[in-house]
Amino acid sequence: MKVLMFGWEFPPHISGGLGTACFGLTKGLMKHDVEVLFVVPKAYGDENQEAVRLINASDISIDFKDSIYEEYWRRITYMEIGSNLIPYVGPEEFKRIIEASELESLSSEDSILSKNFEFSGKYGTDLMDEVKRYALVASAVAATNDFDVIHAHDWLTYSAGIAAKSVSGKPLVVHMHATEFDRSGENVNQNVYDIERHGMEEADRVMAVSNLTRNIVIEKYGINPDKVFTVYNAVEPSEKPNLQYQRGVREKVVTFLGRVTFQKGPDYFVEAARKVLDKDPNIRFVMAGSGDMLNKTIKRVAELKMGDRFHFAGFLKGDDVDRMFGLSDVFVMPSVSEPFGIVPLEAMRSNVPVVISKQSGVAEILVHALKVDFWDVDALADSIYGLLHYEGLSKMFKQYGKEEVDNLKWENAAIKVKEVYQSVL
Amino acid sequence: MKSICFYFQVHQPYRLRTYRFFDIGTNHHYYDEQQNRFIMRRVADKCYLPMNQLLLDMINEYGSAFKVSFSISGTALDQFQAYAPDVLDSFRALADTGNVEFLAETYAHALPSLKSKEEFTEQVGIHRKKIEELFGQTPVTFRNTELIYSDEIGEMVAEMGFNLMLTEGAKHVLGWKSPNYMYTNAINPKLKLLLKNFRLSDDIAFRFSEQSWGEWPMTTEKFVGWLNEIDPREEVVNLFMDYETFGEHQWPETGIFEFMRALPARVFSHSDFTFNTPSELGEKLQPVSAIHVPYPISWADEERDLTAWLGNELQDEAFDKLYSIREKVKKCQDPEILRDWRYLQTSDHFYYMCTKWFSDGDVHKYFNPYGTPYEAFINYMNILSDFMIRVEQDKSSKD
Repeated sequence: MKVLMFGWEFPPHISGGLGTACFGLTKGLMKHDVEVLFVVPKAYGDENQEAVRLINASDISIDFKDSIYEEYWRRITYMEIGSNLIPYVGPEEFKRIIEASELESLSSEDSILSKNFEFSGKYGTDLMDEVKRYALVASAVAATNDFDVIHAHDWLTYSAGIAAKSVSGKPLVVHMHATEFDRSGENVNQNVYDIERHGMEEADRVMAVSNLTRNIVIEKYGINPDKVFTVYNAVEPSEKPNLQYQRGVREKVVTFLGRVTFQKGPDYFVEAARKVLDKDPNIRFVMAGSGDMLNKTIKRVAELKMGDRFHFAGFLKGDDVDRMFGLSDVFVMPSVSEPFGIVPLEAMRSNVPVVISKQSGVAEILVHALKVDFWDVDALADSIYGLLHYEGLSKMFKQYGKEEVDNLKWENAAIKVKEVYQSVL
Repeated sequence: MKSICFYFQVHQPYRLRTYRFFDIGTNHHYYDEQQNRFIMRRVADKCYLPMNQLLLDMINEYGSAFKVSFSISGTALDQFQAYAPDVLDSFRALADTGNVEFLAETYAHALPSLKSKEEFTEQVGIHRKKIEELFGQTPVTFRNTELIYSDEIGEMVAEMGFNLMLTEGAKHVLGWKSPNYMYTNAINPKLKLLLKNFRLSDDIAFRFSEQSWGEWPMTTEKFVGWLNEIDPREEVVNLFMDYETFGEHQWPETGIFEFMRALPARVFSHSDFTFNTPSELGEKLQPVSAIHVPYPISWADEERDLTAWLGNELQDEAFDKLYSIREKVKKCQDPEILRDWRYLQTSDHFYYMCTKWFSDGDVHKYFNPYGTPYEAFINYMNILSDFMIRVEQDKSSKD
């Protein structure tokens, strides 16, 4: 079996858990004789390519005049109706422009664009534009490769998945790692929501990373429950033995690691830290990550006068993540909304007890983790304090937590994924 | 004869390296040596060496008619010794002429005057000693970091034995009064005050090369003309500015060196001004009145207040945490701890955490090695956290 897979990023160049999950999944699939053709917008040259053949989207040649794209051109125009790429025009005027210039844009495009597209490969301000151009490349990939199933990860690649499906006629599986509601709360970006819903409607199967996400997909996007399957993420067993890192600080360390954005709940971590420090000042808190709430968080830490006990480690990757876990005594994920949440699994793999919010997908499967409501700062502080001070508790969590997480293998998740593939062949 | 009083501020901080959470407790090296050396060498070649030579030539030419004064921070002096001994030699040559006065300040160009009288007194003492050692003269005039002054600070300075201090001629303090007289401290009248004439000082320091300024290009003819417009009863024009104005802030291409080279001749031939050092003026002039400054002023920004260094959450947290350990530091004997204790007090670290980027943003950004005040805070707090661990360990080893 061969899968054409569309992703947006791949280790080591990652801006979130999506890249890590794709990597784990492709490796898992390989163990079950599934071959993966992974398309990613920009290959930097040092990705780990043992499990996948990586196609750099910027290297694909496109001939616009080929009749095969006519079907696709119709679609991309359709999708542009909901986009805000043309500035300073009202919705009605915008629609009129699009309808009138539909085919003209085709002829003007080929003079502007050369044969190869350059994708920036990062989430940026021209993301919508990128998504569309990516879809265009996807149809070229689909037309020139052999495969049985198309698998698209998150909304950024759904347009590509649909384009590939229409060109090849092969079944499409879309994978919801996060929904627009997780990213933006109730203030959803309508363009993104529409792409997500359209992708799921066009897909033959939808995979959700937790029941939490599955329910959102059914309730808020109106997708037929019969084609939505929950496939939990997993974590790669650590290849390195748990290294002993030199501890610079005597105090116990409590860690937050993730994007510092609204949905990850960094503010609850800060408030809980103050409460714990009021009880026991001999503890250090570390926030590793960056995001649009970082500055506000730093200011709040200064305001709460704990600048010497609450440290900011910046965005960490690779060995530094292992090192951070190596120095941690408790890991906290107070997410307001978390479709899955792979980081606590990585912490447990490194023998670090975890406190997670009940509003995370991973809470559905973990037994040896303390679970609290994200907004319940008192309960959060209580859990942190307990894990730090009652050795019986932390010992138990370390031992059984490690066991538990070692059994959550991508190899096993991949079986479920393969079953979903087989159901549409 | 009326007087022009030149005072030049020479200061370089010990800039901090990128210090990460992982370094806390394991790595006690805080300074970006490469950057500090690089900047010191650059400023030495662009400003300190050529301008010192220019001043020396002028003193040789005009003798006792041309005089200037300097305040050089201890952190700058330490960096001269480490990275630019040639600069130190050229300052010594100026000192040897007898026409140059060296002022006292806090060793680390720091802000203890706002927090701890003991620390303030101690740092001024160490700085005074360093000046004696290097230049063979004992400072008798005081200038506080960034010209920060209040009635209370003046009183402390008088207690340290100084009878003259420099500060800003802030409009909101002076009101209708002119900065061109000698004043005294409101609490202790023994302390005399010289106030910066910020209009004429900033004409040289900030506006000299500004082409959008109506008076550009500035010439010695114009400048001496402005001096002559001053009320004939007024006694002194205090031109206080950063020494890096010459060649670093105002590039050589602007003509700033030629302007300074030509200024004395024009002053002598077309006005009844002469050049004096602050301590000479302390002897020569009678104060006209006391000046009331209940809240601290400085020479910074439009507001002439402290908000460039203190006041936002980040600055206050860092500043308070730093001084909260003073008692413990005093029990330490490790010379490296005592050195770091001073270098970490340098006002620049708090300046980098300033969040008022609007009216004076350009000046702030120019001097700021950090992308944001938040980065500055994180880095400083990581270092301070390590420093606090060292202090705790050193102190307890002796208890």
